[in-house]
Amino acid sequence: MYSKGLKPLSIATVVVVATWLALVFFYAPLDADQGFVQKIFYVHVPLAIVALCGFVAGGIFAIRHLRSGDRSYDVKSYVAIHMSIIFGTAVLITGAIWAKAAWGHWWVWDEPVLVSFLVVFLLYCVYYPLRFSIEDPDRQARYSSVFAIAAGAFVPINFAAVRMAESFTHPRVLSQTGGSMPGEMRLTFLVGILAMTLLFVTLWKFELSSKNASMQLKRLRRRLEATA
Amino acid sequence: MIRTARAILRKDLAIELRTKESVPAMTLFTVTVFVLFHFGLDRDSLDGELASGVLWVTLLLAAVIGVTRLFATEREQGGIDGLLLAPVDRTALWLAKATAMFVYLTALELVAVPTFGVLLLGPDLFAALPVLVPILLAANIGLSAIGALVSALAAETRARELIVPLLLLPLVVPLLIAAASATEPLLRGDQAAEDLGRWLGLLSLYDVVFVLIAVAVFDFLLDD
Repeated sequence: MYSKGLKPLSIATVVVVATWLALVFFYAPLDADQGFVQKIFYVHVPLAIVALCGFVAGGIFAIRHLRSGDRSYDVKSYVAIHMSIIFGTAVLITGAIWAKAAWGHWWVWDEPVLVSFLVVFLLYCVYYPLRFSIEDPDRQARYSSVFAIAAGAFVPINFAAVRMAESFTHPRVLSQTGGSMPGEMRLTFLVGILAMTLLFVTLWKFELSSKNASMQLKRLRRRLEATA
Repeated sequence: MIRTARAILRKDLAIELRTKESVPAMTLFTVTVFVLFHFGLDRDSLDGELASGVLWVTLLLAAVIGVTRLFATEREQGGIDGLLLAPVDRTALWLAKATAMFVYLTALELVAVPTFGVLLLGPDLFAALPVLVPILLAANIGLSAIGALVSALAAETRARELIVPLLLLPLVVPLLIAAASATEPLLRGDQAAEDLGRWLGLLSLYDVVFVLIAVAVFDFLLDD
């Protein structure tokens, strides 16, 4: 039932991702300062935004799970966090590449957003050992949801704290990316966010329908064994 | 609810007083880590950022031991079933465990902070105390609130000893940032930092958010 609408969604994703890549390479102007390397910005930042939204979405699904007791929300929350971890790995890798190209180091501690992202990423990595070391399926769902909610609330506090720690020594403008971006760059950036969101949702739906299919298969197999 | 919480707390403190499991272990651990830092850093006395970092990281690692043990006695001896069978409000259980954790941490710091002052700290500890004590207490509140939640989360997992540090340590990063930054000028021998209010504000925000979160979600843990 999750596979409903997957085909048009996938097609839309392919189209938008292709448009976005074309914009990145042929439309967006070269950065005066950093040159070609700056184009990784169109991958890195949308990925990071979408990954964080995915973590938050995981928390919201978890709240709905605890409210309604409907286990399908727990699976949704789990898959959202799972996808965000994958996107998050890509964020950290692209971030490191960008840092190496722009500042000459693979990792810079005075980039508060990247540092907070690492902390959040480390926390969410514990989701797997926590989830899979609980055997009872009902309890597994409940405990995972509690984790997803607590971690979701942790995300903004952590960002505030890390930014405060950094701005202590390096005062910086709040929105680096928003203010002075020329129109072409901004358009490419916004299309990038759309492309990554669509990609996230499509992958999330695929994973959900696969999870659902394998659960259904397990159920059917059990019934078959019972009758045989 | 308060009465139930007080009864559970009294039971926990009585057990701790008789078995002496958590607090002495945490204290011993802390002193050992100070010795390790002495050799690892090859420094006889620390001040400023380094002192504050060593003190706070050590205290947080010691807190991990306390959090791991928080529900351990109940699980090992089956006392948890009794608690859950009794018509006890889960929030009262959380409140009791968080308060017990707060008491353990405060007891630990009563020994660990003076020991740090004697073993490693360069500047005078007494001058720092009037501001350091509120920072410690504010950090203890947040640490206890989140510690009781993490302990309950990990209590039902197979790898409890593994999950607790992995879960607790990233969660206390904001607390570490605020506490260590607020403490740093004190341990340099200066007066309190001019932005002390900001760090205490962050600590209180952390305390409030995680107390609320813990109260909101604790009901869903530990029920069978």
